[in-house]
Amino acid sequence: MKIALINYGAGNIQSILFALERLNVNALLSNIPEEIQSADLVIFPGVGEASSAMAKLKDSGLDSLIPTLKQPVLGICLGMQLMCNESKEGDTAGLGLFDTSVIRFPGTIKVPQIGWNTISDLKSPLFSGITDGSYVYTVHSYYAPLCANTIAVSDYGEPYSAALQRDNFYGVQFHPEKSSSVGSKILSNFLNMAL
Amino acid sequence: MLTKRIIPCLDILDGRTVKGVNFVGLRDAGDPVELGRYYAENGADELVFLDISATEQKRKTLAALVRHIAAEVDIPFTVGGGISSIADVDMLLQNGADKVSINSAAVRRPELISELVSKFGSQCIVVAIDAKKHEKGWKVHLVGGKVPTEIEFFGWAEEVAERGAGEILFTSMDHDGTKNGFANNALAQLSKRVNIPIIASGGAGTNSHFRDTFKKGKADAALAASVFHFKEIQITDLKQYLKEEGIAIRI
Repeated sequence: MKIALINYGAGNIQSILFALERLNVNALLSNIPEEIQSADLVIFPGVGEASSAMAKLKDSGLDSLIPTLKQPVLGICLGMQLMCNESKEGDTAGLGLFDTSVIRFPGTIKVPQIGWNTISDLKSPLFSGITDGSYVYTVHSYYAPLCANTIAVSDYGEPYSAALQRDNFYGVQFHPEKSSSVGSKILSNFLNMAL
Repeated sequence: MLTKRIIPCLDILDGRTVKGVNFVGLRDAGDPVELGRYYAENGADELVFLDISATEQKRKTLAALVRHIAAEVDIPFTVGGGISSIADVDMLLQNGADKVSINSAAVRRPELISELVSKFGSQCIVVAIDAKKHEKGWKVHLVGGKVPTEIEFFGWAEEVAERGAGEILFTSMDHDGTKNGFANNALAQLSKRVNIPIIASGGAGTNSHFRDTFKKGKADAALAASVFHFKEIQITDLKQYLKEEGIAIRI
């Protein structure tokens, strides 16, 4: 099984590599379209600011590649947000894979949200074996509201999309690589999607 | 629902855990990786590693240690201690640290906070503030709290938040080491002044101290060292207690 971890200079990729290693899987770090295209699974990470991350993605031409991928793709945190229609952070146009905008949490609650929150209304094989109300680690200032692509719900001030899916594209707002045994199980479920 | 966090803090000297840690069943309680893994498996929500070494080898040793921790520990961890440049932060994040904590360097040159935030994002920049109550109010202290400054604590905290820090780690020098509870009045006031998460530090002695810092102090997370290291408080017991007290906590 070949797993490509998209390396475009935005994100703490080392943690994801280590989490996969704990599952006895080695991922290939790559920004080369052919390598990414030929992988069985693709992980699209990201932390930091949306517009600069999107600029880096465009620099390597990966913004046009990702929407054409046919294998399961998992966006994590900012990766998930960039897969949406747009982000209000830096007024960034997204890849349009998930049919929602990404907006900022209101000033009435502490921003960023940092810590362990529950996920519920789990609607995907990505969460197979995960109990409703399990805890995952999350850190973000912007979020995707609930929409037709929502496959997991968390609540911070109001309910929002903890995870999204459309066809072969998956996205999680939280960090499975930092979410202890629950996160490890979610990553393992993703690995099981390899054809 | 977002839960309150319990964070053990481990002091590191030349790659080893210090502060007379007393653990039964660990092969080597002086090994930060093994101790970190123990805490991760026993209820800790995050870990903080504070490097207190001051040798020339420091950076290299710390980078290797961070990499080793990241490989073994599956919860988030913050690294602090003498971090003063973008290069320091870059090296720690590249090796798998989730967040870094800066303290004196930010006081000396506040622009460092803005620079780090724009390069790495708010989510990984924690600003630690040591403060002590003087006659004229709370003042910021430097060098592990030893050196007082004239900087007013709440004003500094506001600047830290405005510059984009993701969290504030507030240690009260009046409470640190007393085991008489956290600085809840100052913490509650801090929560009114800034809108970013606050980690309370200094004063943990009993389970009820944690309850009070979450309820009265409005803290988002609580950090402690010796009560955990000496097994005076077991995190799993503490969390059960907090849950029974009606506090949102991850069990």
